[in-house]
Amino acid sequence: MVNETEPLLVVDDLAVEFRTDEGVVKAVDGAAFTVDRGEIVGVVGESGSGKSVTAMSILGLVKSGRRVRGAIRFRGRDLGTLPAKELRAIRGAEIAMIFQDPMTALNPVVSIGRQIVEALRLHDRKLSKAAARDRAIELLALVGMPDAAARFKQYPHEFSGGMRQRAMIAMAIANGPSLLIADEPTTALDVTIQAQVLDLLRIAQQETQAATLLITHDLGVVAELADRVVVMYAGRVVEQGDVTTVFTAPRHPYTVGLLESLPRLDRDVDELHPIPGSPPSLLTPPPGCPFHPRCPLARDRCRTERPELRVVGNGTTVHRTACHFAEELAALPTEVTR
Amino acid sequence: MTVETAAVDRLERLGEEVLRVDDLAMHFPIRGGVFRRAVGAVRAVDGVSFAIDQGETLSLVGESGCGKTTTGRMVVRLLEPTSGRILYRGHDLATMSEDELRPWRSKTQIVFQDPYASLSPRMTVHDIIAEPLRVQGKYRQGGADRVSELLDLVGLQPEHANRYAHEFSGGQRQRIGIARALALDPELLVLDEPVSALDVSIQAQVVNKLRELQQRLGLAYLFISHDLSIVRHVSHRIAVMYLGVIVETGTRDEIFTAPHHPYTQALLSAVPVPDPRLRGARERITLTGDVPNPANPPSGCRFRTRCWKAQAKCAEEVPQLEDRLGTGHPSACHFPELLTVLPTSGAAS
Repeated sequence: MVNETEPLLVVDDLAVEFRTDEGVVKAVDGAAFTVDRGEIVGVVGESGSGKSVTAMSILGLVKSGRRVRGAIRFRGRDLGTLPAKELRAIRGAEIAMIFQDPMTALNPVVSIGRQIVEALRLHDRKLSKAAARDRAIELLALVGMPDAAARFKQYPHEFSGGMRQRAMIAMAIANGPSLLIADEPTTALDVTIQAQVLDLLRIAQQETQAATLLITHDLGVVAELADRVVVMYAGRVVEQGDVTTVFTAPRHPYTVGLLESLPRLDRDVDELHPIPGSPPSLLTPPPGCPFHPRCPLARDRCRTERPELRVVGNGTTVHRTACHFAEELAALPTEVTR
Repeated sequence: MTVETAAVDRLERLGEEVLRVDDLAMHFPIRGGVFRRAVGAVRAVDGVSFAIDQGETLSLVGESGCGKTTTGRMVVRLLEPTSGRILYRGHDLATMSEDELRPWRSKTQIVFQDPYASLSPRMTVHDIIAEPLRVQGKYRQGGADRVSELLDLVGLQPEHANRYAHEFSGGQRQRIGIARALALDPELLVLDEPVSALDVSIQAQVVNKLRELQQRLGLAYLFISHDLSIVRHVSHRIAVMYLGVIVETGTRDEIFTAPHHPYTQALLSAVPVPDPRLRGARERITLTGDVPNPANPPSGCRFRTRCWKAQAKCAEEVPQLEDRLGTGHPSACHFPELLTVLPTSGAAS
């Protein structure tokens, strides 16, 4: 059943584990967020926060991991329980993915054009070869590929990093997806090329009206592109809300810590305020709040009771945080809120 | 001699010139044909000049392939330059033989980008930090004490000495790399993207440690980075590189508040800023195309193929690094223009 009253994508209490020689790694431990039609949601977090595993789980691409809890509903259907055939029909059509490294995501022995044609014809059997070819060239031109007809015949190694990423975006939007998942789409690129690709993602989003789930470690990219932001730490969502609220009035100590440890391009900062310590081991996550060993506000309750995501503030948009003492944090003067 | 007593001398010489690099070039041969003859050259660095004072941080910034890492490696003589001079307190390291270099090697040390690849997995932390001392024959007198002191200096515990690198996080490994670089009391550290592989919360810890060490020990840093936000935070002076040459250089404030080379302006405008309120409020310059092949750089100005201001003169004449606008700092552009790319509010320091 297609449910149009629910948000486009609902990630509900998702938990993913990996079995390793050292024990069970709880990579994602109760992640929950939604993506509405046409909006850009940024998922930020550092290495090991679970942001990529969450993204890959949506399309069932985490082969070695085991989903132990929760559901991922796309238009009301639980993607985790869909038969493989139905999931394949969704992949690359209704939900498309843009990966960090186009060199490993593209097939090196098939020309760029043929790869796009393949993507088109896989989901539209009635499309003729000639029509698919025309459409592929149109797509390459749309993503700003100079001389698209000539580029159609070239192979991935003949493209620069930025051009490969453009080709991958062309392929991702080929079937007019309603959800684009972009996993660190600009991390491997130089900053002037990153700016080109970010502009392109904006154009692709406007062109297709697709909702975009943008996975990144770069808070600048999120501030630049996203409507809403989801902050992950140690496999959990610790804060989410509209991007301006979260960046200017964060209500989780981890988000505050992240923003205060950033050197800024746009102003002089006397001293950076790093978060002490390092992220916890996901083999033996700390009890209670996963951030408590590094948190300046931590007290007994944080060590025993796991904080659930709850609504804070009384803004016009929904702002959620998983901190017992969010109200106390709001009263503290911080550098980021100036 | 402890690390701190050795620093006294350096602290007295703050502001004295430590290093002067003069018209430095590195051309890597491209070999082809049956006899592997040189059929061309990648001009990775093509005539770069700068100087660094004791206690000062000079940053080299630019994108992949601009020659910043190659320059850093020449300064510590991991690479032998094709031409140019590396004057270390007046002594030219560029042409010295291995034997002649040995006494100078301890003066300039390097910290690498990847803390996972730059530490031996088979050595304990103690042995990693002690290695430079052993190589220079300085371990026998109090080497073990010195290793403990160095661990303390970079914020690691004495008990860490007997562990192996794989037991540490990225940030801790980078501290080990810094301790190793400091073992021989260097005056100049080449820091090649020292925090680029680290998560932001850890990055800040290492950046703060580097700044603290500079103040305590009077070190000079050649800081190599592609990250302009970090560069703004750590630098006294900055040199912006593009395709093997310096296109603009000046103090931190000059580069960030009054850039006049179009490439510097484009770089500054391209970095996403973590403040959603500035979205759309900033001057945006999006460059077209990619960096040209350094084996066959454009004639005249190397940036002209991506420059929105390029004219006939740019293809014909190489622009020299000059202060054409009288702003106090030079750029290598025939048509420089002042442009405020960043919001000016917090810019004054």
